[in-house]
Amino acid sequence: MTEKRELQKRDAELEKGVERTRQTRVYTPAVDIIEKNNDIVLMADMPGVDENSVDITLEKDLLTIYGKVEPEIPENHRLVISEYGVGDYERTFTLSDEIDREHIRATVKDGVLKLVLPKAESAKTKKIPVTGNA
Amino acid sequence: MRGTYLDRFLDPWSEFERMSRLLSRVASNPGKEFPPVNVWVNGDNAVITTEIPGVESDAIDISVSGNTVMLRGSRPAGDIKEGESCHRHELRHGNFSKTIELPFNIDTDKVQAVYKKGILNISLQRIETEKPKKIEIKSK
Repeated sequence: MTEKRELQKRDAELEKGVERTRQTRVYTPAVDIIEKNNDIVLMADMPGVDENSVDITLEKDLLTIYGKVEPEIPENHRLVISEYGVGDYERTFTLSDEIDREHIRATVKDGVLKLVLPKAESAKTKKIPVTGNA
Repeated sequence: MRGTYLDRFLDPWSEFERMSRLLSRVASNPGKEFPPVNVWVNGDNAVITTEIPGVESDAIDISVSGNTVMLRGSRPAGDIKEGESCHRHELRHGNFSKTIELPFNIDTDKVQAVYKKGILNISLQRIETEKPKKIEIKSK
């Protein structure tokens, strides 16, 4: 960990005037997005989330990931040092038409959500040969 | 003698908490060392929880000695192959190591660690010989 990086979780943003119904903190998960030849891979850090507590919704061109976390509080213990907060995770991305929406795959391992968004046939990289002037 | 002094004398945690608060006020970057930890206590027991998503359980190393717990681990960076491009790069990769001090010596035989869903949970107990003894008072 040589890089300096923000250690604190970021609170998820809410539109003005919108309130949540659940009384919990919601954080923006950190993500890596890598574009490969045939798909786009999104990895999101969501500690406390497993395959049963993550929701992925696709509405029009908005892809939302929501991870619900049940806080595990050791019984009869009190918190004396708190360096991180516990809450749900939410983040929304805009998808382009280039994604094959029918074949999005999602897995969760060790608190990391991995989404594979396959590119639609038309969006796959094509090599255009450049020819010299005829 | 004021009650607060006596409390502190009897309960090592209150002193520990006071010091932690003091340190976090003094330190310009409280808890800036990865991974962030939460410490829970109940008498002679303590629970340390930490969020280390993406780290495999084999890659976590916990060593306990005296009153300190040392956490080490690594998360390998995903390789970017030729022809691939990275649009967002926010995840933390690489090695980490962090030392956490407890206000008591730890019974190394009774340390339990569970790792699931990217959260490591370590429970620790105070070493038996150090536990305060209750003295029974006999009445004649």
